Amino acid sequence: MLYLYQPEYHQIIAHCLGGLPDEACGLLGGDSGSGEVVTCYPTRNLAASAKLYTVDPKGHLQADRDAESAGFSIIGVFHSHTHTDAYPSPTDVAQAPDPTWHYVLVSLRDTDPVLRSYLIVDGEIEEESVILRSR
Amino acid sequence: MPVAVHLPTVLRPQAGGVKTVSVDGKTIGQVLGSLVAEYPGLSGQVVNDDGTLHKFVNVYLNDDDVRYLSALDTPVTDTDEVSILPAVAGGAFAVVSPSRPGPRHPG
Repeated sequence: MLYLYQPEYHQIIAHCLGGLPDEACGLLGGDSGSGEVVTCYPTRNLAASAKLYTVDPKGHLQADRDAESAGFSIIGVFHSHTHTDAYPSPTDVAQAPDPTWHYVLVSLRDTDPVLRSYLIVDGEIEEESVILRSR
Repeated sequence: MPVAVHLPTVLRPQAGGVKTVSVDGKTIGQVLGSLVAEYPGLSGQVVNDDGTLHKFVNVYLNDDDVRYLSALDTPVTDTDEVSILPAVAGGAFAVVSPSRPGPRHPG
């Protein structure tokens, strides 16, 4: 289960929309045990592509250090699909870096963005509930 | 000469669950070699069998990506910090490429 506060939800959606026509991406900082997202780190998509994303390693390093200094950790990644469903692609599954992470997909195919979250473990995809909270 | 190496969450189970380890080495290559020698579970996940840096990890010497320095030949000192981070990538496009090696999930 992923717990997401409204400000971070809107930050994720805004970053994804702002990345068009390319895919956008970023990292999620929070508590790995509870799945609570405390902050998100929009990053540059190094691939600069409408079909692929690569989190800028420098942005990842900065996010990792910021999270550690604040007492939490990187617990997942979000990225957008510009024309397809908010569902992990074979590429997303094959390149999932951490089985403990939450994988948030934002589909921009339709008028209203759709956000979903998944766990990807040993190639298996499991959708998880996203609990949206007010802060 | 011990050098601090910061590990990403996905590799910590193979290093006793710790976030930071201290290993010897005068170059990035030696540091990573010492890391794998001390924690054999990390074999194949940071450095390839041919000695090159694995494509699915990024290694930083302080603030610099070692790929833009001297890669595995980059010299290190005992005041430096090495950070290993997984490459994070994907996308809607179904590329035909080898999957990253499965992280050795402790479960």
